[in-house]
Formats: sequence, C-alpha cells, structure tokens
Amino acid sequence: MAAEASSGASTPAAAGRSGGRRDGLWLLVSWIVLSIIGCLLVALVWGPHLPPGAASQQARSQQVDITVLGTIATPVVIGVLLYFGWALAFWRQKPGDETDAAPVHGNTRIQALWITVTSAIVLALAVYGTIELIDPAGAGGGQGPQPVFNRGIPAAASLTSWSPNTNNVLQVQVIGQQWAWTFRYPQFGGFETTDLVLPVDTPVRFNVTSLDVIHSFWAYQLGVKADANPGVNNVAYTTPEQLGAFTVRCAELCGIWHGAMYDYGKVVSVSDFMNWAHSTETQLAALTKILPPYALTYDPTVLANVGKVNQQLGLTSAGGGYYNPADPEQP
Amino acid sequence: MSLPARVATLVIAFLAVVAGGIFVALHYIGSQPPVEDYTSVASNGQVNVTLMTTPETTVTDKPDWVSYFIKSPQTGQFVHTTYFKVPANTQVNVTILGYDGCTPLRNPYWGQVTGTFTSSGQKNAEDVSIFDGKKYGPVTSVSTFDSWANCSVQHTFAIPGLGLNVPVASPPTVAENNALCAAGPCVGATDDEGNAPHSVVTFSFRTPKDGGTFRWQCFIPCGGGFLDGNGGPMGTPGYMMGQMEVQA
Repeated sequence: MAAEASSGASTPAAAGRSGGRRDGLWLLVSWIVLSIIGCLLVALVWGPHLPPGAASQQARSQQVDITVLGTIATPVVIGVLLYFGWALAFWRQKPGDETDAAPVHGNTRIQALWITVTSAIVLALAVYGTIELIDPAGAGGGQGPQPVFNRGIPAAASLTSWSPNTNNVLQVQVIGQQWAWTFRYPQFGGFETTDLVLPVDTPVRFNVTSLDVIHSFWAYQLGVKADANPGVNNVAYTTPEQLGAFTVRCAELCGIWHGAMYDYGKVVSVSDFMNWAHSTETQLAALTKILPPYALTYDPTVLANVGKVNQQLGLTSAGGGYYNPADPEQP
Repeated sequence: MSLPARVATLVIAFLAVVAGGIFVALHYIGSQPPVEDYTSVASNGQVNVTLMTTPETTVTDKPDWVSYFIKSPQTGQFVHTTYFKVPANTQVNVTILGYDGCTPLRNPYWGQVTGTFTSSGQKNAEDVSIFDGKKYGPVTSVSTFDSWANCSVQHTFAIPGLGLNVPVASPPTVAENNALCAAGPCVGATDDEGNAPHSVVTFSFRTPKDGGTFRWQCFIPCGGGFLDGNGGPMGTPGYMMGQMEVQA
C-alpha cells in the first residue's frame, strides 16, 4: 500500500488532483454561462411579473427591489446547485474505493476573496435599501406618527380641504376594527365609508389606526402595509399610478373573522375621484354629523361620554356600557 | 416483550393518538351551532326570519354572555344558535326582538342602516317600535341612530358581505335598561322573564342570486369584561356572530 501511495498517480486521490483543475475550469465556465442566462431571465422576463406589480410608485419600487435582489441571488443559487450536481455526477465514490478524499487545507486567498465579496454585497445592499427607503417615501411601510421618509410628498397643508394639483397631500384615515375596514376623508367634511377610492397619480397619506386590537392595513397592489394600532397614528404613503381595483387585507391575526377583513379599493381618475368624494360627502352628511370630530387616533378605553352615558342611564349590569371593572370575567 | 407485541403496542399507541386528534378536531374545532333551515318555509319569494337579542344566555354554560337566538321555523321555539339557512334570490323579512340594554357604538359609523328596505319600501332604513315599560310606541322608520346622544342602540346585525348593517334599537331609559330579563332566551310570562322585548326591529333584504355563506356579526364590542369587548360572546359562534347560508 505504502509503495502504491508513494507512486502517486495510481490512487483515486491523485487522479482527483490531476482532474481538479479541469473540473474547476468547467465549473467556472458553466457557472458564468448559466449565471448570465439566469440573471437575464430573472431581470428581464420574471422581473416585470414579480409582486406586488407596478400599480403605484411604492409598488413599482418594491418590484424593482425584488428583481434586483433576485438577480443578485441568481448566481449564488446557480453556483450552489451546479456544484452540488457536479459533485453528484462526477465526484461520486467509485465501487471498491475505500480511500479518503484529499485533505482540505485553508486557502487565504479564497477566504479573503469570500469575505471581501460578501461584505461588498451586503454593504452595497444596505446602501441600496436605504436609498430605496428614502426615495419612494418610506417604500409604502408605516412610519409611525411622524414620518421621516416623505420625499416627493406634499406637506399636509390643510386638513379641511383638498383640490388636485395643489401642494397639499390627500389624507385618508384607515380605521381597523373587528372585523372591517372603514375610511375617513377629513378634507371632504370628514365622511366615513367602507369604500376606499383614490385618485391616480396623486400622493396619498394614509393615517392608519385601530379601534380595538392590532390590525395591519395591507393594500397589496399599492405596495402599502402598515400596522393599525389602537391609540397610534401610523403614517404610510403611496402614489397610485394605475387605474383599477386593488385588494385590501388585514395582515395581522386579529380574531375569529380576521380572514374576512378582505376588501377592494379603487383607483380612479382625478375627476372621477372628485365627483365621488363630493357626492359621498353630501350623501353621508347626516351620518357625518354624529361621527366624533376627526382625530388621528381613537382610544377605546377613554371614549368620550362612556361614563356619562352609563351614569345617565344608571347602567349597572352587563346589559350596557364598556369595561365594567366589577365584571368577574375581566382578564 | 416480543417483537410482535412491541409492534402491536406501537400501532395501538399511534392509532390512539390519531383518534384523539380527530376527536379534538371534530368536537372542538369543527363543531358549530345548529343551523336553522328556513328554506322549506319560504313562499312567494319571501321568507320570515325572527331573531332575539338577550342580555344573558342561561341555557348554556356561559349564562352571563349576551347572545342572539334564532326562532326555529319548525318548532317556533327560540334556539341558541346564530346559523341559519335561507334560499337564494329571496326577500328575507327579519324581525329582531331586542331584550338587551343599550351600549353605545364604539364607531358611530355603524349607526347607519344600510342594505335594507322597510315594508313601506323605504331603502336603507328599519322599522322600530320601542316598549316604554307599559306599551309599545308607534312604528317609525329610522335610517341613522346616534347611539351617543341617547344610547339608542343595543347591538347590530351586520352582514358585511352584502353591505347590510342594522342597529338594534334600545329604549334610552334608566328603567328599561335596568329591567333586563333574567333568562335567555327571554320567553317568560312576565316582563322580568321576557314577555316584552324592549324593542321590535323589522326590515327586509334580498339574498343574492347565487348561493354562498355569509358571516354576520355585531359591531358593538359587547363582550363585556373581555379584551376591548371583542372576546367571549363576540368571538364565539352561536352568540354574537354567525353565518347565513344562502342556498341556490
């Protein structure tokens, strides 16, 4: 055995070493060719069809981001699969071969290259992600009550009026409640409705809140997702760019009918939106009068008049009122 | 232990676990209240459905939960369920006997009546008659309730999938709100036992031409004591939410 091993080329390990350079070259060439093809397919063919589409500036930006990430990941995925398949096909152990594979030693150049390349990719993505967060005004995500990323969004100049093409963002309050969404338009008299209608090519500021538990406002095709928390105003921006319907879902498990918090919104032309808003404001005028004054948050535990109504009516039983502290089933 | 005995033990243990899982799934997760079938009593394209709201549910192990009851079209008795079946493309004439006290709407938006019509043909309205402790007042059509002005609503009956929302009226008086029947369903011989509902609400709506299952719920968080009022009866089938099956 010792004589055989010392003779070199007759052992499988030695044979592997002699073929290693050729295998490596083939692997490299295959990886480069397949990666180019894969990247082109992901970027040019699959990319335009990736979610959430391009119905708004934010959605389009998200689609581009997913396409970029997918394109960057493609060579990595192809490299792993190619190496795995190559090993299975060509480096499998021959029948009767009981010898060990060649020992693996550290390679400073490969390690340095690996660390440099992966660090560059991660840092570049961090920079890219930050830019993408800033430019489409928060990328459609909730930014809390004082949004930082509002580039391209007009200021909230007036809460009581709005007209197209003015330096005043259209505001829509999104109110989550078990188990439905309602929407308030403060700049049109503050009417509240279950219909979400938006004008095309117009920046919109969603003020998202909840009346009870935590919900999550997810306007999928618009690329908007913002938690609806009781007592909190969570701001998210969008600029719809395509006419048509979009889905609205709750993305936070909120009780037994969570799955039923499913609705459709509509993006219409600016003139159609103005007609709809004015006619709805008139139609719902009587209802609007009994709504509370427009506010950015609701706190269900300190609703105005709860104590007054209870006291006025002498409510002492479970038959009326909220949050009776004497209720034995208070958690 | 012999090999066959070990195998047999393993198989029996496995089957016992599977059977337990199936029992739990069917008994707890898959169970639902009984369905009151109104399809057989529909005639001339109409069907009459009667519901009841109660402050207590003494026929269950949750006697202090508020609840809806549905009148069985076969027996005429009120059954503790919130599931009912009606035919498609049919006018459903609903009567709700409101026995509970008032609770203001958390979101006053749900004080408007939508998706209905009254016997006189008025759209988006309901007919209401209030019991003042001695007699019923006149039937009036109401399209919007301001529950914070005079605490005029006790629950709502809403089918969001059909755009239907009906507040169940309540007498805004101290006496009536503290004179709640002590049994559920409220079908006794005296006021305390529930011979006179605080309000009688009637309205009609049409079922869609296609069949389907529609959830309905109350939009007043009336699960007193539970988290934000939405737990307990609000989140339990058979109490303050249920399903309407439309049979095509």
